[in-house]
Amino acid sequence: MLQLLKSLTETDGVSGDEGRVREFIKKEISPYVDKMITDSMGNLIAVKKGSAENPKKVMLDAHMDEVGLIITHICDDGMLKFGVIGIDQRVLLSKRVMIAGRVPGVLGIKAIHLQKRDERNRVVKADDMYIDIGARSKEEAEGLVSLGDYATFTTECEDIGSGRIKAKALDDRAGCAVLIEVLKDNYPDDLYVNFAVQEEAGLRGAGIAAYRINPDIGLALEGTTCSDVPGADEHMYSTVMGCGPAISIIDRSSYSSKDIVNGLIDAAEDAGIPYQMKRTMTGGNDAGMIQRTHEGVKTGVVSVPVRYIHSPAAIMDVTDFENTVSLIKEFLKKGACCK
Amino acid sequence: MKQLLKKLTSAYGPSGNEETVREIIKKEIEGCVDEIKTDSLGNLIAVKKGSGSKVMIAAHMDQIGLVVTYIDDTGFLRFAPAGGFDVTDLIDRKVIFGNGIVGVVSYENEIKEIKDVTVNNMYIDIGAKDREDALTKVQEGDAAVYYTTFGGNGDRVTSCALDNRSSCAVLIETIKNLKDSPHEIYFVFTVQEELGSRGASTAAFAIEPSACIAVDVTDTGDTPKSQPMSVKLGEGPAIKVFDQSVMVHPAIKNIMIDEAEKLGVPYQMEVLKAGGTDTGAVALSKSGVPSGCLSIPCRYMHSDSEMVDISDMEGGVKLLTGLLNDGIRI
Repeated sequence: MLQLLKSLTETDGVSGDEGRVREFIKKEISPYVDKMITDSMGNLIAVKKGSAENPKKVMLDAHMDEVGLIITHICDDGMLKFGVIGIDQRVLLSKRVMIAGRVPGVLGIKAIHLQKRDERNRVVKADDMYIDIGARSKEEAEGLVSLGDYATFTTECEDIGSGRIKAKALDDRAGCAVLIEVLKDNYPDDLYVNFAVQEEAGLRGAGIAAYRINPDIGLALEGTTCSDVPGADEHMYSTVMGCGPAISIIDRSSYSSKDIVNGLIDAAEDAGIPYQMKRTMTGGNDAGMIQRTHEGVKTGVVSVPVRYIHSPAAIMDVTDFENTVSLIKEFLKKGACCK
Repeated sequence: MKQLLKKLTSAYGPSGNEETVREIIKKEIEGCVDEIKTDSLGNLIAVKKGSGSKVMIAAHMDQIGLVVTYIDDTGFLRFAPAGGFDVTDLIDRKVIFGNGIVGVVSYENEIKEIKDVTVNNMYIDIGAKDREDALTKVQEGDAAVYYTTFGGNGDRVTSCALDNRSSCAVLIETIKNLKDSPHEIYFVFTVQEELGSRGASTAAFAIEPSACIAVDVTDTGDTPKSQPMSVKLGEGPAIKVFDQSVMVHPAIKNIMIDEAEKLGVPYQMEVLKAGGTDTGAVALSKSGVPSGCLSIPCRYMHSDSEMVDISDMEGGVKLLTGLLNDGIRI
């Protein structure tokens, strides 16, 4: 399972550039599914038939895309300007990035010796930063990268502490990994598992996938904010690491169906799986689009708590991940969602 | 009308928790329509069958609410807003949960200036001794609404949830007054309007109407040093021209004006600078639906003491009934 998370998080796939992640997932799940479709936007929809006589259509969704940068301009001196997709600009400085999966670069900044006093105390805006790929000229840079190429952090996935991992892109490769594991088992209902594109750019992929699938119920799997850290009040923790999968009641994009929330809680309690309720309503996710598809779809959201999402290095507790897999499996096996 | 309005505003129905209101409405209209169904998001759809074009009449059932996100060790509840709240409206207000548990909203005492109060430093006090005690009354995920008594002088009544139970009452009375309409009419009591017209958009997808009129409340400009807005309480139902969610289809607007003139129902025109309604969501459904909105003027919107004039609602019933009996031809 750890190898799966390592491979998934180390594969680059910024919103709009999910091809590599999609190909990896395809290989992983092909033995376990009946059919796979890649739609016009790039969503990977895997179908796994259920054993029930009149199976319901259950849509499970995790997004493949991660936050990152997009190259917008190559300067005369060979430096690259970029646009930001979903990243807090304060975390960008001096980070190593990989462009188009093959060209390494550094987000440069004037050395501290050369900075004026007020410069040292100021947050540098993303607009004022550049990526240095070691090119001597515009021509040399143009030989290596093209406008519109994407860049991501180069973080390796590693163990940290005991039973925890550090990686980039756990939002939402953690969700992707959960669904890959879930697909290895069998269930009464038909599963339509959507590995979505462009969630970070505004929940774009899930909407059209849900329209195609037209499911009876929908469940979004996320790597969500976990803010159980110094400086945050307890009620603003959002989720707490190590306390199990987080079930959402409400967020910016959807109000979860009570049938699904109760089904998840029952599944967790019957199987003795720890769980927590998400404490804040911040953020939105693909459930918001699924809920409003066609004539309306009952939806829920289950998340693996992840600290420092949208940054170069996030931290996740592996037991939370494992418990999320168990919870989704139990929930689906019961067919609880389809009463 | 007043009794019906009292019953509807006293019912508990925050966004996402519209069950109680739905049951009350169902009972009111049973026997007056040909079919009643509840869809997967919880919209109540009442159909008056006919051979003519499909018309959708929508009013949302939900009211703004507070969703409990966390209960601390000392038994105080933290919450997230479901719908648009002005935090200053919330301070020291009573709220009630679906099971009748009552609480008071306040904010962390160390905050010295009201402008620093946000929903993140507010809490609900249900008088619990500690978390364990609180959990015997309220669970994380439960929602609360304003707790105020319905009151008023004559036609002017005040209560919470007049947004949008006053419009639900208008729809109910219209259903009861309908004669022979040339349309097949879909009365939709929608869910989750306060969270972005979610129920209306999926209901419109299912019904695919040829025209729609939503009924909702609107702001007024008739209180001391009020925002400039021409809508006044008691001057009749308002015909919407514009809000943040929609430019009303001119044909619908004109049909509404003509009908009001024909019936001699006093009316006013509404241009709402802030806010949106189900009209906007329905207008953009599928290949588009010509949509309008009949508005009930309402003071102090989204507070625990909103105010409407019953005569505006009665005018609304007359106008809506007339429109449906005579037909909406575009």
